[in-house]
Amino acid sequence: MADCYIFDATRTPRGRGRKGGSLTTVRPVELARTVLTALRDRNSLDTAAVDDVILGCVEPVGEQGGDIARIAALVAGYDERVPGVQVNRFCASGLVAVNLAAATVMAGQNELVVGGGVESMSRVAMGRSGGSWATDPQVAAETRFVPQGISADLLATLYGYSRADCDAYALRSQQRAAVAVAEGRFSRSLTPVFDQNGNLLLDHDELLRADTTLEALGKLPAAFDKLGRDYGFNEVAMLRYPQVEAIRHVHHAGNSSGIVDGAAAVLVGSAEAGRRLGLRPRARIRAFADIGSEPTLMLAGPSVAAEKALKRAGLSAGDIDLWEINEAFSAVVLRFTDALGLDPDRVNVNGGAIALGHPLGATGAMILGTLLDELERRDLRLGCAALCVGAGMGTATLIERIDA
Amino acid sequence: MSCFRYERDADGVVTLTFDMPGRSQNVWSQASIDDLSAVVERLAGDAESKGAILTSAKKDFVAGADLEELKSICFGPRDAADLNARCGALSVVLRRMETCGKPVVAAINGAALGGGLELCLAAHRRIVADDPRIKLGLPEATLGLLPGGGGTQRLARLIGVTASMPLLMEGKQLRPDAAKKAGFVDEIVPAAELMAAARAWLLGKPVSTQPWDAKGYKVPGGGVDDGTVLQTFMVANAMLLAKTQGNYPAGRAILSCLYEGLAVDIDAGLLVEKRYFVQLLLGPVAGAMIRTLFLSMQEANKLARRPAGVPRRKPARIGILGAGLMGAGVAFVAAGLGIEVVILDRSREAAEAAWTYATQRLDKQISRGQSTPAQKEALLGRIHPTADYADLAGCDAVVEAVFEDRAVKAQVTAAADAVLGPEAIFGSNTSTLPITGLAAASSRPDRFIGLHFFSPVERMPLVEVIRGEATSEETLAFALDLVQALGKTPIVVRDSRGFYTSRVFGTYITEGMAMLAEGIAPTLIEAAGRRSGMPMPPLALADEVGLGLMAQVGRQTRADLGDAAPHNPSTVVLEALVDGQGRTGKRSGQGFYDYGMDGGKRLWSGLGAQWPARADQPTVEALVTRFLYTQALEAARCVEAGVIEDPGEADVGAILGWGFAPYTGGPLSFIDGVGLPAFVAQADALADAVGKRFRPPALLRRFASEGRGFYPR
Repeated sequence: MADCYIFDATRTPRGRGRKGGSLTTVRPVELARTVLTALRDRNSLDTAAVDDVILGCVEPVGEQGGDIARIAALVAGYDERVPGVQVNRFCASGLVAVNLAAATVMAGQNELVVGGGVESMSRVAMGRSGGSWATDPQVAAETRFVPQGISADLLATLYGYSRADCDAYALRSQQRAAVAVAEGRFSRSLTPVFDQNGNLLLDHDELLRADTTLEALGKLPAAFDKLGRDYGFNEVAMLRYPQVEAIRHVHHAGNSSGIVDGAAAVLVGSAEAGRRLGLRPRARIRAFADIGSEPTLMLAGPSVAAEKALKRAGLSAGDIDLWEINEAFSAVVLRFTDALGLDPDRVNVNGGAIALGHPLGATGAMILGTLLDELERRDLRLGCAALCVGAGMGTATLIERIDA
Repeated sequence: MSCFRYERDADGVVTLTFDMPGRSQNVWSQASIDDLSAVVERLAGDAESKGAILTSAKKDFVAGADLEELKSICFGPRDAADLNARCGALSVVLRRMETCGKPVVAAINGAALGGGLELCLAAHRRIVADDPRIKLGLPEATLGLLPGGGGTQRLARLIGVTASMPLLMEGKQLRPDAAKKAGFVDEIVPAAELMAAARAWLLGKPVSTQPWDAKGYKVPGGGVDDGTVLQTFMVANAMLLAKTQGNYPAGRAILSCLYEGLAVDIDAGLLVEKRYFVQLLLGPVAGAMIRTLFLSMQEANKLARRPAGVPRRKPARIGILGAGLMGAGVAFVAAGLGIEVVILDRSREAAEAAWTYATQRLDKQISRGQSTPAQKEALLGRIHPTADYADLAGCDAVVEAVFEDRAVKAQVTAAADAVLGPEAIFGSNTSTLPITGLAAASSRPDRFIGLHFFSPVERMPLVEVIRGEATSEETLAFALDLVQALGKTPIVVRDSRGFYTSRVFGTYITEGMAMLAEGIAPTLIEAAGRRSGMPMPPLALADEVGLGLMAQVGRQTRADLGDAAPHNPSTVVLEALVDGQGRTGKRSGQGFYDYGMDGGKRLWSGLGAQWPARADQPTVEALVTRFLYTQALEAARCVEAGVIEDPGEADVGAILGWGFAPYTGGPLSFIDGVGLPAFVAQADALADAVGKRFRPPALLRRFASEGRGFYPR
């Protein structure tokens, strides 16, 4: 099996995914074009050498529909011989796109591939693409569907994470992200977004609330209380978890991931392709894994995925220097850390989606880039990026720096 | 002879009159569906007809499907291919009717329920007589079925997916004005003008195309690709599962008929509906619910067990002893039905509590528009409070509802006997005290009978009628007449401790406490109680009944029976809580639960210290099995002991009396549904593993070996 290397990674800033957000006027295909163009220009890349463009997108309908990867590659001016494919594994789509790109390289079928993702949550709302899981009466009943927020509160209830625990973690995410921004730790990968006239629209992540306090977080109302209590979802969750007397609703807008717009792209390929094109390998993709777990609890999958990937790589959790676990909800990070017995100071050292936002299809590729940048900055070797995924899945990727 | 008359007048207006020979009601059976098909074809080919008026010669328009026929399908040899071929005949005929090219108007002169309303929905126009007694609805879901004659498809296409959901899933029945507001009735006219209005429409500008067959049709309120409608499905799915705990397949099938059927054209939608209808018939729930909640209930309401040859008597004036909750409740119900009520208590003031009770309920009804001040005055005028036994003279019956104490009951019995006429019966409302013993206080034990009402009387539909050893056939007959006059459903049982309902119901609560004593987590016990389909989990229910009261009943039983008292695993739990902790139940705010000021409750945190949780917790399913089996076994023992004879009454009494899991059809239907050999084997396994209370009685072993059950196959 061939090795696969990461040559470069870039992302747009994350724009607030609501009215007034700086990227709400930017079409998703334009977000994707921005990172694809940047990848080409930062690496003086002859795009004819790119075998495929794989982009994650969670709501692939409307202007994100119809294989946005191929269309974005065309719009970005990539050689017309470069195909594109859009993939969807919900919140891990961006990381899965990179993993699949790497898999084709490892299998010797491709030499150079772009993996990444795009999501304009302000323009194509969460849930727009439908699906049978939540709405088909047979499917919803058989799978005991509950919305993710109920799952997050169930996870917190089952493992005893209090509102205070979750708020404390959220505050830490904000504070760490604020330091990271102040010290320019994200700047290596950031590609600003401009309008068609060359005027700057956004060059920094705009969701952060550096000045937030525990007191302010404590005042936010629980987001899923009504949904759970009045619309039957608590009861559905308890059909699967009868040992729970009552679900404690601890999550809210301040300790859950934010809704944002953004895109990311990662250039991966073989050593030979790198040599030929003059690309310096920054890291090797050691292993990756996707798993399925119980779908109602939904969010306990990432540690299982990480363990699977670690086993494949012949590593243990203690070998990993830095961890990026997507901050879908505070309890996800707390449970991931506990399940693997991790040192919290090695987990999400620059904050995460609670502070920065979670552009669904792009996040996986974004946190992989953030992980690589931080390994380099700290001169560390091994990193793991992982995400919890709808319907009980989990995805993890292990990378190892080349010249560390 | 056809079920439909076909009459064409000089103007070319055809009247199709549904009039089933030899029946008081029109229903859909194989024969009536075939006859409809024939007249629809005749209409389609009748060149001189302009269209048709559909109407009924019966008081009700159409009552629905022939449930006897459906029941025999459910308990016959069920084969998916065969059912697929047989079901859906009505659906096909109705589709033919609405597309035959002739306009059809339904002139609805009486209740149109189930398949009756489905017939109307397939007409091109619906006109209803202006009579608030007329009910329109699709109640199939309440019997574990769905409207299989196109009802799910047409109603949703007519009034919208979201609006149709409560009508289809809860089986709501609407009066004509509400049905018009809901959008599935076009016109309401005085009853005398009904046929004229239908004719006028046919001779005016009738349409013979349904909206859903017209070009550009859109589902009102959005189809199943609409975001808001999809949100509704997401919530409806969860709320249904939360409410039914997955025990009732009909609701889910109806939601799927909407979700899948509205995504395609009506012909495909009707096929979707038929498949789910067949699925429900193939499952265990529909047959069990039809048999118990419709057929057996109908039998009970018709007083099938009333001794033959005793003339019917209608009670005009009854006496009630005791104006507590039960006495006042009976007085309120009786007076509401036009019966004069003399209610007696220690003082006239105490007896006037019956007025207070009635006033509170009537004021609420008036505020909701369900009653009027005039009706209230009339009702209160029929309740006569007194403290003087002489006022009971002339009463046809007396219902005794005093404190559950033998001495008190004996004293009021003797006092009433002294003034009652020879024909008057004396009904004692007791839930536990044996009737034969109470009758000893009467000078006329043959006129003495037990009438076990449930609280609150105005809401609980059951009365357990208990025959004492000396109770005469005439007394039983008139007691049943009285129950019927009070609008209640009677079951007849023989005298024994706890009779039928209290005895079997008690095993459910006992089992919950036994589980606690075994170290099963209380949250799991309660979850299993909900999952089993009981209206309340066992520990919460114990708190409602009162732990102090239950401890007292237990002590009384042990005192009465001595060594013969059966071992009761709840005794140690009750003693630990009541005597050890002073936790006596909901009324004191402390029982298995702690009760907050806000009406909320949480399981008492001290339960874990008192009964430490075992390391190996069972599955919820295993606990559900225990809850259902313990009750079913006790019901079977009641049959074996002759406490109750008729399986239909035992099942009706269980569901109406204490809310035994209705989807099973009742405890005896549950046993039959499991199958006798399998039930006996499972019960023996539970007896070995849990306790000998699960050992099946000889009756069940005999049934199993004879290959029979409680109901004929």
